[in-house]
Amino acid sequence: MKVAELPTGFADKVLAAQSTFRSVMEAMARPGSVQQITASVGTPAPMMHGAAAIALTLFDHDTPIWLDDPMAAAAPVARWLKFHTAAPVIADPSICQFALIGDGSALPGLDRFCFGSNEYPDRSTTLILQVESLTEGPGYVLRGPGIDGTATLRAIISPENLFERLSVNATLFPRGIDVVLVHDDAIVAIPRSTRLIGKEG
Amino acid sequence: MASSDDGIQARRRSAMAVLAHSVTSDIAERLEAVALPSHADLREAENGLVMVRGRVGGDGGPFNLGEATLSRAAVRLSSGEIGFGYVLGRDKVKARMIALCDALIQAHDHAEAVETQVVAPLRAAMIARCTQRAAEAAATRVEFFTMVRGEG
Repeated sequence: MKVAELPTGFADKVLAAQSTFRSVMEAMARPGSVQQITASVGTPAPMMHGAAAIALTLFDHDTPIWLDDPMAAAAPVARWLKFHTAAPVIADPSICQFALIGDGSALPGLDRFCFGSNEYPDRSTTLILQVESLTEGPGYVLRGPGIDGTATLRAIISPENLFERLSVNATLFPRGIDVVLVHDDAIVAIPRSTRLIGKEG
Repeated sequence: MASSDDGIQARRRSAMAVLAHSVTSDIAERLEAVALPSHADLREAENGLVMVRGRVGGDGGPFNLGEATLSRAAVRLSSGEIGFGYVLGRDKVKARMIALCDALIQAHDHAEAVETQVVAPLRAAMIARCTQRAAEAAATRVEFFTMVRGEG
């Protein structure tokens, strides 16, 4: 077999997965804060480093994955996911556990993803959304559990109306969609309990 | 193209048959003599379980015999060839070396060196081991003669 474009997995599987899990957990516990992923990992284009590390940490054969068009169009992504995580890549976003979004401007309506059920709200889809920047751009003022007062996230996010779309989380709670924003090796989590209360700049 | 692919597959298969039955230190010793190209661990060596299946009477209905420990690894050469190593037991070093050998066998520039310097000597040693054991067993063979009845 000769697959020149198949990148490597984690260099040190156990420690890398643990440190990445820790970063994701910290990000989820402190919505709006920027966490760094330090693990070294091969990345199939157009996946970013952080998204690849999260994929290797959280995906397994029990987690159906949905890829958006730019991700699905790149053959190495599906092959790399299959080789390293054995996660099934599916075409129906309504039953996926994770959705990898390479280009947020073409993000389908959130109601096409899984919101979970009232009995099992944890069975909802987590969006892993690659964005242009997590350090500059307009400021989003966030409030919710895990935030002392308010937190300001500066980011260039596509789609621009992401937070308006996420307002369904308020009415659906405890069901809802969690989002992890990724730019290179920086990640920010927007869990379903976080609300946008204002915008700066 | 298809025939050369078949040739490579056959060579990989026969090399695996030898390497899987060789001792880790022997493979390491032989592999040291080979000039290795740059390579990376595509899948770091890991231990796991596989379900071993059997068939009733060798060709009957399949059943699950039980689980066995297994180490596996995958290595990619800088030229793109990917080699896989699976060995029973928990010998990660061996799994990785076998994966490396498997990748080298597929690489045009290195196949010859691996075949002559690693696989061939190990194969000779393996055959020698087998024949010696067979000879030892043969020395203890007892011939049974039955008396021929009905005479005299």
